[in-house]
Amino acid sequence: MSSLNTQLHHLQFFEPIQLQSGASFGPYTLVVETYGTLNADCSNAILVCHALNASHHVAGVNEKGQVGWWDNLIGPDKCVDTNDYFVIGINNLGSCFGSTGPMSKNPSTGEPYGSQFPVLTVEDWVKTQERVANHFQIKKFAAVMGGSLGGMQALTWAILYPERLEHCVVIASAANLSAQNIAFNQIARSAIMSDPDFHDGNFYAHGVVPNRGLRVARMVGHVTYLSDDDMDQKFGRTLRRATNEAQDYRFSFDTEFEVESYLRYQGDKFSEYFDANTYLLITRVLDYFDPAKSFNGNLNEALSQVLAKFLVISFTTDWRFAPSRSREIVKALLDNQKEVSYAEIDAPHGHDAFLLDDPRYHQLIKAYFDQMKREK
Amino acid sequence: MNSNIRADFSAIADWIKPHSSLLDVGCGDGEFLEFIQAVKQVKTYGVEISDQSVLACVSRGLNVIQQDLEGGLALFEDKSFDTVVLSQTLQTIHQTEKILHEVARVGKECVVSFPNFAHWSHRLDVLMGRMPVSKSLPYHWYDTPNVRVLTIADFELLANQIGLTILDRVVLDGGQRVNWFSNFFGSLAIYRVCSTK
Repeated sequence: MSSLNTQLHHLQFFEPIQLQSGASFGPYTLVVETYGTLNADCSNAILVCHALNASHHVAGVNEKGQVGWWDNLIGPDKCVDTNDYFVIGINNLGSCFGSTGPMSKNPSTGEPYGSQFPVLTVEDWVKTQERVANHFQIKKFAAVMGGSLGGMQALTWAILYPERLEHCVVIASAANLSAQNIAFNQIARSAIMSDPDFHDGNFYAHGVVPNRGLRVARMVGHVTYLSDDDMDQKFGRTLRRATNEAQDYRFSFDTEFEVESYLRYQGDKFSEYFDANTYLLITRVLDYFDPAKSFNGNLNEALSQVLAKFLVISFTTDWRFAPSRSREIVKALLDNQKEVSYAEIDAPHGHDAFLLDDPRYHQLIKAYFDQMKREK
Repeated sequence: MNSNIRADFSAIADWIKPHSSLLDVGCGDGEFLEFIQAVKQVKTYGVEISDQSVLACVSRGLNVIQQDLEGGLALFEDKSFDTVVLSQTLQTIHQTEKILHEVARVGKECVVSFPNFAHWSHRLDVLMGRMPVSKSLPYHWYDTPNVRVLTIADFELLANQIGLTILDRVVLDGGQRVNWFSNFFGSLAIYRVCSTK
């Protein structure tokens, strides 16, 4: 097995970017990780867009020993083979893994941006990603791909820059959030904003972090990423007890069930590494995403100019971004007679399935990328 | 590819206009789609339910949509394809009338093919007290994916009842066209139909 040729870049952009809100923002830094080698005509590049809490660290193991969030899919001899492709992971603007975000120092005040950081949209992100493409002199990506919010970025690429991607891979995503989805985001934001340590987003100055709010936000989010069956399989009603301990209830509000313990662990872990303002920001990015909005809600019109070939994938047990939401994208592409394949993977793991290595899912991605290679 | 399948493909190809659009409903591993793209340069999509078939189509670089046909063709608009092909799939679908209505709704014209249960060898098998196992019906009664067995006469009756106009018909046996007593000598029937105006 050949090795993963990883490069970490801190790209600085001095020219401010015009945001969808009307504000302009900049200069800013984006952290970018690349894998593999860009070929001479820059035609083998793949942009991987991340979802809510991920980063530029897509594949391999970084200096902190962390495995990339899509390492099971991307790497040498993997489904997306870095021996053939030059893969780019970008930490989005406003995130908290090194790119400029609410935690970063505002040069005009010398303090962290906090609540002063501008509200962003998927379109804004894609515009910043386009500058990254220009930096690498990539005129056309072989593919732009992503799951969930990452899929929304891929879709936006196809709409904003139709000539700059050959393929668009949209996994476990949707053309906009449902009311239920926005409601879950609002619960998460309420949890964070009502934490006394939040201080209207300027908690950095107080030397505290709204951990309790972040924990609840993560717990709510996490439940929506799993399926009922999957949680039942993993935890059932099992009590949190040592092997030989009695299985009686303790009649208390401490951690009684395994599932509670798991959620608390997930919440704790998350609140240690994720920035509360970034959580607010990115959930809002999700809420605002609606490419059909400027076409009177008509997705067909929004997709009428796309040129990319699409692969759309959903998972049957994903209720956060259900197959019916992917089918809306597929239908709009079909109505426009665009090139599209659609697979509905019968996987048990809910929304999280897009991060896991179900063989049917991975075989399909592999087949698609192998075929892409033959097309060239 | 056996001779009957090739004859099947080329008979259908005769009805397809170059550079038109074609939807293959129940496209299997995409063999026909690949063939028809090569000979007629048509814009194609396939619909399939099986994971393995979807994978095979993607490997061939074909557009394929994974969908259960029992639910109809909800993703496709009325008359959005020049031709919709339902090739040797009709007999595997429970909701026979629904799928026929659906292909006729989506296609300006449709091609429907199916194995003819009334082929003389099948009649002989049944006469001898056994369910037929043949080239065109290669399964046993207990492992067949076919849930509807029909004959050429049956199909023509149903087509008339549900408002399909038969524009053309080719009947094959062993790769050869059958021109008389087709319901007795034909093992595969291929129809070109459209909805009756």
